[in-house]
Amino acid sequence: MSPVVKRKREKFTIQSKYLLLILTFLCIVVMGITFTTDYLGGSLSTVSGYVVVPFQRGVSSVGGWLSNRSEELAQLRVVLQENETLKKQVDELSIQITELQQEKYELNHLRELYELDEQYADYEKTGARIIGRDSGNWFHSFLIDKGTEDGIGIDMNVIAGNGLVGIITNAGPNWSRVTSIIHDNSNVSAMILATSDNLIVSGNLELMKSGVISFSQLVDSAGQVAPGDKIVTSHISNKYLPGILIGYISEIQTDSNNLTKSGNVTPAVDFEHLEEVLVIKKLKQQPE
Amino acid sequence: MKKNITIAFMILAFFTLQSTFFQKVTLGGIGPNLMIILTSSFGFMRGKKNGMLIGFFSGLLYDVFFGDALGFYALIYMYIGYMNGSFRKIFYPQDIKLPLILIAASNLAYCVVTYCLLFLLRGRFDIGFYFINIILPEIVYTLAITIVFYPIILRINKWFDQPAKRSDPKFV
Repeated sequence: MSPVVKRKREKFTIQSKYLLLILTFLCIVVMGITFTTDYLGGSLSTVSGYVVVPFQRGVSSVGGWLSNRSEELAQLRVVLQENETLKKQVDELSIQITELQQEKYELNHLRELYELDEQYADYEKTGARIIGRDSGNWFHSFLIDKGTEDGIGIDMNVIAGNGLVGIITNAGPNWSRVTSIIHDNSNVSAMILATSDNLIVSGNLELMKSGVISFSQLVDSAGQVAPGDKIVTSHISNKYLPGILIGYISEIQTDSNNLTKSGNVTPAVDFEHLEEVLVIKKLKQQPE
Repeated sequence: MKKNITIAFMILAFFTLQSTFFQKVTLGGIGPNLMIILTSSFGFMRGKKNGMLIGFFSGLLYDVFFGDALGFYALIYMYIGYMNGSFRKIFYPQDIKLPLILIAASNLAYCVVTYCLLFLLRGRFDIGFYFINIILPEIVYTLAITIVFYPIILRINKWFDQPAKRSDPKFV
């Protein structure tokens, strides 16, 4: 037995501190490469995609089932209380409905004006399920269960329901990573729907605790922008398609330079309970 | 061989659990850091080289899926594994205090490094906010999970050592 063991031990002659140096060097080189080029570990992401994604699919459906059950139990008590108050509300609301029906005609008219509806419908979309979330607590990105094999590529826009969720930043054959607009270093070029003033919407971890993200560099010389205004993606962005709803202004103040305004945006999408998303397959800039 | 396959499987399992199940059962939106538990505990149980390699591959897996630059988290986890390896001499399986302290310290180091490199350098200076709302809950949650997972890791480590002890009396 001993010769076998000896031969084995001879193989491992690199001292751990040298191995540490080698691997450190390797990491720094690879980091440099990924920073300067578009390379995101092509073959690595393929292999790990096929190994990890099936597990994630399974476990995330189990986890989802469990959290749904626990939420149901917790909600049962609240629901009983709510039932009574809701009955009262029904009466009030039926009066409001009549008012709203009148407003609906107005809304339809406005929609035609902005052609928002048609623009959304024009894009070819594909549904995808979220199978994993960024396991660190610092950023908000997540994995979906479709990739290049389903025609998804980097820089495609992701929406859920009516609002913008984010953008695809990495794609493997059967998975892709979505960087959401609440991700701490994401910036989206946007505009106010009513006045077409441009602004930048940036994700912010600190503000996200209170359910909002920030915007800045709004030039609003006419002073018409007010809380509640709709923010959509702008025409000048080179990645985001124009006219996708981002959210509503919740707070606005003038910057110290007296030229621009900044404040907070409430996103249109509920990022906490996101389960399924739609990927728009149309790219703003078609690759040459 | 048996050892390598088991460890590879554990890295996969911990990564999968961390990015799916534990993102659903969060405490105030904060999930635990299972990869730190794995890297750190194999570090002080099996020495510098093992800890370093496990850290490297755990970090690399994280990089492939969530990292912006390949190799960034691999580097952090690798150094954490290596540092933990130097505590092997004072590690005794019966003692739970040292593992808990080391895992908490590793998690703190990981958080501080991430904060400094990815947030502080971009001008997010409110360290108090990040400490109270992210770093502290993550460490507490990780420690709570450690108490559940640590006995399993300990048993697996014992299982790795058994045949070596029988065949090679020099080590005893």
